[in-house]
Amino acid sequence: MRFFPIKSMSHRKIFRRKDCMLIGAVLLLTILTALAAAFFQKDAGQTVRILTDGKLYGEYSLTDDRVIVIEGQHGYNKIVIENGTAYVEDADCPDKYCMKYKPISRGNETIVCLPHRLVVEITGKADTRQPDIVS
Amino acid sequence: MTKKVAYCAMLTALAMIFGYVEALIPFGFGIPGIKLGIANIVIVLALYMFPAYQVFMIQLARIVLVSFLFGNMSMMIYSLAGGILSFLVMLLLKKTKEFSVTGVSIAGGVSHNIGQLAVAVLVVQNIRIAFYLPVLMASGLLTGCLIGMLANKIKPVLGSVENEKGKV
Repeated sequence: MRFFPIKSMSHRKIFRRKDCMLIGAVLLLTILTALAAAFFQKDAGQTVRILTDGKLYGEYSLTDDRVIVIEGQHGYNKIVIENGTAYVEDADCPDKYCMKYKPISRGNETIVCLPHRLVVEITGKADTRQPDIVS
Repeated sequence: MTKKVAYCAMLTALAMIFGYVEALIPFGFGIPGIKLGIANIVIVLALYMFPAYQVFMIQLARIVLVSFLFGNMSMMIYSLAGGILSFLVMLLLKKTKEFSVTGVSIAGGVSHNIGQLAVAVLVVQNIRIAFYLPVLMASGLLTGCLIGMLANKIKPVLGSVENEKGKV
C-alpha cells in the first residue's frame, strides 16, 4: 500500500476554486484580445506586404496572381499570391513553419518565418506600386 | 548527489522523448505554435518532487539538447523564452499552494505561448503578429488543461516514490 497511498480527495481534485478563477481569467483575456483583434481586422485586404528584418521588401496587389521568390541573407522563401490569398509555398528554413500557415487574405493577417525574419502581411491599403491610369 | 543526478537525467530524457513523440502527432490549425506540450507534463510533475533550481536545470537541459539535436539556434531562442517564462509562472503558482496541478499546468501552457509570441514580435519587429495572441492563449488553456488533468492522475503515484526513498 505504501506505493499507492490513498490520499484525501482534496488533493486528488482536478479543479480547485482558484483553478476555475484562473481559467475564467484566461478565457476573459482571450475574449477581450479576440474582440480587439476583430476590431482591427478588416474584412478583406488588398495589398500583400513582405517585410524582412522589419524592413519593407515589397508591396504587391492581392488581386494579381504572382510568385515572389525572396533570396535574403537568411535564406530562401517562395511566396505565392493566388485567388486573392497569399501563402508560402516553399522555403529552406529549418522548421518550415511558414509553409504550414493557412493562406491569408484578410486585413492584418500575417505569415511569419522566424528563422528568416520574414513577415508576409495583408493591409487594406491600395497598391502603391500600381501605375497611375491616365486617360 | 548521485541519486539526484540520476533523477534529473531520467526526467530530462523523458521530457526529450515526449517532445519527440509530440512532433510525430499532426496537430495544428494552420497556425504554427499550437502544440500539445506533452514534455511539460515532466516539468509540472518535477515541480512537485524536486527543488525549483533542479527543475529549472531539467527544463534548460531539455531545451538546449532538443534544439541542438533536432533544431537550430532560432528554435532554441523561442523555446528558451517560452520555457523559462512558463517555468517561472508555474513555480509562482505552485508556491501559492492555492492551485491544483491542473491550474499550474494551464498557467504554464498559456505563459509558454505568450513568451514565444513576445520573442517572435521582437525578432521580426512586427506588432501585427500579436493578432495570434487570442488563438495562442486559447490553445495554451486547452492543452494546459489536458496536460494538467493527466499530471493530476500521475502525481499521487510519484509522490509515494518520494516518500519511500526519502527526499531526493
